[in-house]
Amino acid sequence: MNIDTIKNGYVIDHITSGNAMKIYELLELGKLDCQVAIITNAKSKKSGTKDIIKVGELINLDMDKLAYIDSNITINVVKNDKIIEKKKLTLPEKLVNVCMCNNPRCITSTEKELDQVFILTDKERNIYRCIYCETKLNKN
Amino acid sequence: MNKEVRHLTNIEELSVDEIDDLIKVANDIIANPNKYKDKCNGKILATLFFEPSTRTRLSFESAMLRLGGNVLGFSEANSSSVAKGESLSDTIQVVGGYADIIAMRHYKEGAPLVACNKSSIPIINAGDGGHNHPTQTLTDLLTINREKKRLNNLVIGLCGDLKFGRTVHSLITAMSRYKNIKFILISPKELELPEYVKKEVLEKNNIEYIETNNIEEYMSRLDILYMTRVQKERFFNEADYIRLKDYYILDKNKLKNAKDDLCIMHPLPRVNEISTDVDNDPRSKYFLQAKYGVYIRMALILKLLEVK
Repeated sequence: MNIDTIKNGYVIDHITSGNAMKIYELLELGKLDCQVAIITNAKSKKSGTKDIIKVGELINLDMDKLAYIDSNITINVVKNDKIIEKKKLTLPEKLVNVCMCNNPRCITSTEKELDQVFILTDKERNIYRCIYCETKLNKN
Repeated sequence: MNKEVRHLTNIEELSVDEIDDLIKVANDIIANPNKYKDKCNGKILATLFFEPSTRTRLSFESAMLRLGGNVLGFSEANSSSVAKGESLSDTIQVVGGYADIIAMRHYKEGAPLVACNKSSIPIINAGDGGHNHPTQTLTDLLTINREKKRLNNLVIGLCGDLKFGRTVHSLITAMSRYKNIKFILISPKELELPEYVKKEVLEKNNIEYIETNNIEEYMSRLDILYMTRVQKERFFNEADYIRLKDYYILDKNKLKNAKDDLCIMHPLPRVNEISTDVDNDPRSKYFLQAKYGVYIRMALILKLLEVK
């Protein structure tokens, strides 16, 4: 399978298999005018299989959203056919309007103007909690 | 959040020293009530109760009246502008012009944080769903302090709904900051203490705890037995509630091996979980506990209004 190399843009690599479509949707890549390629179940020396997304333009990527979905991702920044930077992600301390609290008793379920805010309460176990009701964020 | 105004949404916002000070003031109020009867002259407490409550609302109102202040408010969402679709943020900003301090109970968890972010006057969380209820915890701490003369070196039995019981979670959090505390967690499997409380509070602070579903098994070791009600309003499924509501009923027989100086507590209201034949036992402190709630709330109002 051949997918064109990109002149300027990003290669989002080492995505855990199955996460590419989540990223596509959360980052709203379908709304871009440029080419976007999604490769699923590509061979990986590290993990057996992986997903890859190629974006054919240097858009503003929301690193917090990417890290929230999969902090193992590597972002290759491509400029004039060359990888000029490899970015590793770190878990953001705070997530704002990335996901919604799924506690039906949370105040965010009725006060619609509120931002959905989660803070990282346990870095080792990758646990985020809603700042309002403190319910643990369920990533699935 | 308005930095100049001090609120109380969660017991952890108070340091151990601040809690000690509040208990000290509450004890002084009990000893010298006349000294405090005019401290809040001209001040108004708004009790905004979006969810019904007898004890908490009346104890706040009693507290403010005993300090010489006045009270206004509502006791259910239907009698407020919420019924017309007003947001909590708007209600809080409006009431800020009518009162000097707010005690708020809301059925939605996290509502106090929203209120604090919008309020120009102190907000006291009087309970937000199954989340926090810091003044109940302060009441519990004052009760333990008065009845046991200490807040350390205690074996505390918590019995009943340990899953949804916010008073239990807050009490564990508060007591975990004192020395040599041990917990006996007594509940049916379905109402066990949530994992996050065990991991993030008990285990993180190296607090010893034992889980059991037998109320009598560790009775002889307890200094405090804290009974809780299985709360109907926390269940989505009524069948589960009916199955679990009478799982524990404390009666005289179950107390036969208990210490003479055991302190039996309950945040109230009680349904069936403590038999009325226990009420006359001198170790029963739950009605006294409800009374102490007024004094600790008086101390808290004075602190948040910065009245000396």
